[in-house]
Amino acid sequence: MSDVDQSQLFEFLCRMGDNTLVLGHRVSEWCGHAPVLEEDIALANTALDLIGQTQMWLGLAGEVEDKSRSADDLAMLRDVWDFRNVLLVEQPNGDFGQTMMRQFLFDAWHLAMLKALTGSCDDRIAAIAAKSVKEVQYHVERSGDTVVGLGDGTSESHRRMQKALDLLWPYVGEMFVADAVDEAMAKAGVAPDPATLRDAFDARVEAVLTDATLTIPDGGFAHKGGKTGFQHSEHLGHLLTQMQWLQRAYPGATW
Amino acid sequence: MKPAAEKIWDWLEQVPDPEIPVISVVDLGIVRDVAWDGDTLEVAVTPTYSGCPATRVISMDIETALHDRGVQDIRIRTQISPPWTTDWLSEKGRAKLIEYGIAPPQPAGGGGPEACPRCDSRDVERISQFGSTPCKAQWRCRDCLEPFDYFKCI
Repeated sequence: MSDVDQSQLFEFLCRMGDNTLVLGHRVSEWCGHAPVLEEDIALANTALDLIGQTQMWLGLAGEVEDKSRSADDLAMLRDVWDFRNVLLVEQPNGDFGQTMMRQFLFDAWHLAMLKALTGSCDDRIAAIAAKSVKEVQYHVERSGDTVVGLGDGTSESHRRMQKALDLLWPYVGEMFVADAVDEAMAKAGVAPDPATLRDAFDARVEAVLTDATLTIPDGGFAHKGGKTGFQHSEHLGHLLTQMQWLQRAYPGATW
Repeated sequence: MKPAAEKIWDWLEQVPDPEIPVISVVDLGIVRDVAWDGDTLEVAVTPTYSGCPATRVISMDIETALHDRGVQDIRIRTQISPPWTTDWLSEKGRAKLIEYGIAPPQPAGGGGPEACPRCDSRDVERISQFGSTPCKAQWRCRDCLEPFDYFKCI
């Protein structure tokens, strides 16, 4: 553990925490707007789990950074260029089907990642993963079932789900591409090489999409730049103006 | 004054869960340890779900209850490992849940509830995987037609 570069570890933890933070915020945008009450509650509960996980990841990131920044500071006081989430999670909600497709694609990666992280050589990371994996197991069951229900539903719901898959598929690749941070984490035994998660992801996604009568688009093109912070899509800035509105309007405000 | 740990556990048995007030925080299985560290009483609390909004209220309720009984110096330690499981719900807690209209969990990873908590029918169906709190799902009885909460089995 001692040979892990702390600034790279901080970077890795921000990636985990920013994924759950940004997706948690996106999903919470549905609160009060979902098609039926049960779905509204389910989405709100999913968002709540993700925000809870964010507190643990960014809390640990702040500890590792050792500059007295809390999880709240990291979530509310950074601007777009400091966020390290993958581009998939910042994509807009679209219709309910698009939201559930985005959720499923993320959940399938997230579950594989967390399962691997339960074996991290860093006990703090293994503990957060063990806590989160139970919640995410539940998320993927629900998002997978919903993708099947809508994909293999009416001609209208099928059309929309295929459209959502075509739109979001180019954002999948980024979750499996390693950079220097991932390589350092893998070498130290902190986290898996993301490429090793691809088989578990593909197996689950192919099974669900087949049941959903949906077709995975051809081509391996992947939008990148979110998790490295090189370039986010234009959507993240708009999201932050909502999420961070209070701290931007009233800096330092507390309850 | 440093009351013995058993006494503290007895007191915590009387602190209700804020969202399911018929059971105590001890019945819910979230109080993991009670120990004196010098003059400070440390209570280890495990959150049910990582985003459960009741967690903070629970910590406050525990502190208040212990303050009221004369314990001055209290530290609540959030312990996430090992993660909370519904297997930690006490037998007493399970019985109280049924009485209250909530179906208690099956062993972790288990399927549906054993029976409707109101009429004891086995003919039940799931309405939604999620429910009124992060720890519960929505089910319905096909006999008495009443909806009811069921603990997610994690």
